[in-house]
Amino acid sequence: MKAKHQRLVLALLAVVAIVGAALLAMSALKDQAAYFYTPADAHRDKVPVGQAVRLGGMVAGGSIKRAADGVTIDFTVTDGKDTVPVVFRGITPDLFKENSGVVAEGRFDATGRFVADNILAKHDERYMPPQVAGEMHKSESLDTGAKAKGGRT
Amino acid sequence: MIAEAGLAALWLAAALAALQFAIGALGLTRGREAMLLSVRPVAMVQAVLAALAFLCLIVVFVRVDLSVALVAANDHSAKPLMYRFAGAWGNHEGSMLMWVTILAAAGGAVALFERRLDERTLVATLAAQAFIGLGFYAFLLFASNPFSRLFPVPAEGQGLNPLLQDPGLAFHPPTLYIGYVGLSVAFSFAVGALVTRDVGAAFARAMRPWVLGAWIFLTLGITAGSYWAYYELGWGGWWFWDPVENASLMPWLAATALLHSVTVLATRDGLRAWTVMLAVVAFSMSMVGTFLVRSGILTSVHAFAVDPRRGSFILALLVLYIGGALALFALRVGTVREGSRFDPVSREGALVVNNLLLSAILGVVLIGTLYPLGAEAVTGEKLSVGPPYFNAAAGPLALILVAVMAAGPLMRWRRDELRNLVGRLALPVLLVALALLGLVLLAPPIGIFPLLGLILAAGVAAASVAPLWKRNLRRTPLFTYGMVISHLGIAVALAGMASETAFIKETLVAARVGETQTVGPWTLRFNGVKPVAGPNWTAIEATLTATRGGGRPYLLTTQARSFWTPPTETNEAAIQTVWDGQLYVVLGKGSDDGRWQLRLWWKPFVTLIWAGGGLVAFGGFLTLVGRVRRERRAARAEAWA
Repeated sequence: MKAKHQRLVLALLAVVAIVGAALLAMSALKDQAAYFYTPADAHRDKVPVGQAVRLGGMVAGGSIKRAADGVTIDFTVTDGKDTVPVVFRGITPDLFKENSGVVAEGRFDATGRFVADNILAKHDERYMPPQVAGEMHKSESLDTGAKAKGGRT
Repeated sequence: MIAEAGLAALWLAAALAALQFAIGALGLTRGREAMLLSVRPVAMVQAVLAALAFLCLIVVFVRVDLSVALVAANDHSAKPLMYRFAGAWGNHEGSMLMWVTILAAAGGAVALFERRLDERTLVATLAAQAFIGLGFYAFLLFASNPFSRLFPVPAEGQGLNPLLQDPGLAFHPPTLYIGYVGLSVAFSFAVGALVTRDVGAAFARAMRPWVLGAWIFLTLGITAGSYWAYYELGWGGWWFWDPVENASLMPWLAATALLHSVTVLATRDGLRAWTVMLAVVAFSMSMVGTFLVRSGILTSVHAFAVDPRRGSFILALLVLYIGGALALFALRVGTVREGSRFDPVSREGALVVNNLLLSAILGVVLIGTLYPLGAEAVTGEKLSVGPPYFNAAAGPLALILVAVMAAGPLMRWRRDELRNLVGRLALPVLLVALALLGLVLLAPPIGIFPLLGLILAAGVAAASVAPLWKRNLRRTPLFTYGMVISHLGIAVALAGMASETAFIKETLVAARVGETQTVGPWTLRFNGVKPVAGPNWTAIEATLTATRGGGRPYLLTTQARSFWTPPTETNEAAIQTVWDGQLYVVLGKGSDDGRWQLRLWWKPFVTLIWAGGGLVAFGGFLTLVGRVRRERRAARAEAWA
């Protein structure tokens, strides 16, 4: 093999590897990217059961209920137009409270309940992530600095 | 006064960077000897001035000079001395000043120590380094001035994000930044060599120690950051595929590829254009990372402030530098002579596969990190890409890469026979088979990825020490030991990751004081809770006693802390390290019926992850010392001859 040919082969291999990686990435992205929904969006778009998504809104007043085991909570997420019941097993972030912003990561079960394995909550005013602020359509600033993990990740 | 001195030093450093670029460029184009000779001292003085500016910032932070806006926003007189000191870079402006200081220091170090590179290439390199510096000085001075004054002077500062009030802040950011920004030297070398058409083995031998140095710090910084996140956040994880973590991983992947290809170029004079390309890509990834972390487009504890102007500024710098370097590469790549040839089955061939796989992983991580930003910009749709994607897409590639890593060092340069390689790999392959058999027979059923990880770790650990087999250990060069130890470190870290994933045990309960809980082989008694106070926080502290079998008891204390400047709550996990893993306990909330939420984890051999990272960096250090020593000796021998 001449040097020129070898160079060509190497360049081709590199292109194949990069294109392969891009294809692999794109196909994995299609299955694995978690989209963001408000309760109204979720009902309108009929999110498939079991698909990983994020649900954002306000924790409805008076909706947080702790189960007998002391570590499972139920609450309702609302966006003013619609509501979704959420269940979460784990330690909630400190600033997770009623009438406050929340983003839950998880999936819908067959009964239309949202099973969260992660809760992101409003934090202090100084660190404002544009994502949450934008998502909540709210003027007050929010943060995800406080985050609680539920289940295995 | 000190703030003004710092600002003046910063302006002077920027002016010197302009001078350094100008005389370098003029000296090269006009061929003025005096100009070429003055580039080195200018680079050194620029480094000293930048360091002086950074020192001034540290002083105003330590003295809590609240008339400086940055200090008022991030400092507090009640903070312990260490966090007033390290807090200087626990914010946007301060961390950018540290970035620029390291950039200037790296240029100064090249000017001071680099003796073997062709003098014209060196001048071009320092001019390129100064040109990068100019953009970031402008960013600091016009969009992120750390020294701007505040009037009226507030009575007290607003304090530092409590998550950052940890010894990790003194270690992780400087280490990571030295690695991140140290890669700028490789970038400037590549640009310099393209300008003077000097790409070859000698150039690679000169560049290698600089790449290695940056890579060691990057490895240490990532390892330290992972452990910090693990114990500070209280989520029990050691890698979250957070965009900010990816921002540090991407330069590491590129630098690792560069480290291997620069060896091919230095030893065999092959892969010329590719190595230059990787040097450009590695620092480009550092700059992309800086953009992601510092522009405020990401949601993270690292994103200190949101200011769209800063984002556009860094983006413009990115386009200028990466685009400029790629354009130069495209123009000059034709003049890079072809390197020497090699067989597909050879050390070079294995290193090419290593490079392709590392590049593919880099691509996968880059796409996953940028996709949410792109999707939001184009369609307005908000989405997040998390561990499921990265594990599925990067995991298999990483496992193949590790398998190739086992075989590569056992192959000969230029040409090898597959038959001989199989013979050399017999023992590792036998170990893999034994590990597989043992795991299938003895261990509870585990997932396919952890299973593959564990058996590969066993095989790679054996294969990585195989290059020492039948060698005179005393005459084996230090850099061979370095490679062996780094590769062994990868196997150790992989074993830790796979073991933690496969055998982790978790218990989540609401417990009363006096009750006992079990997690894995451990029994934990909940002794009680009490309030405690620190210098700028109060906390509820829970204590537990852990025992395993009839072994000695361990006392664990975990706190839920409330800081008052700024008001934030954090969880301080209780972590007990034993020889075969860690117990990890987090205290949650109390309820009216006297129960407390407790989350207990038993993580077998999780510590191997960071021990492996440390080994990888240590191996790099040995290699660096070995290389520098050998070249010193060669230079001395030349001088005698």
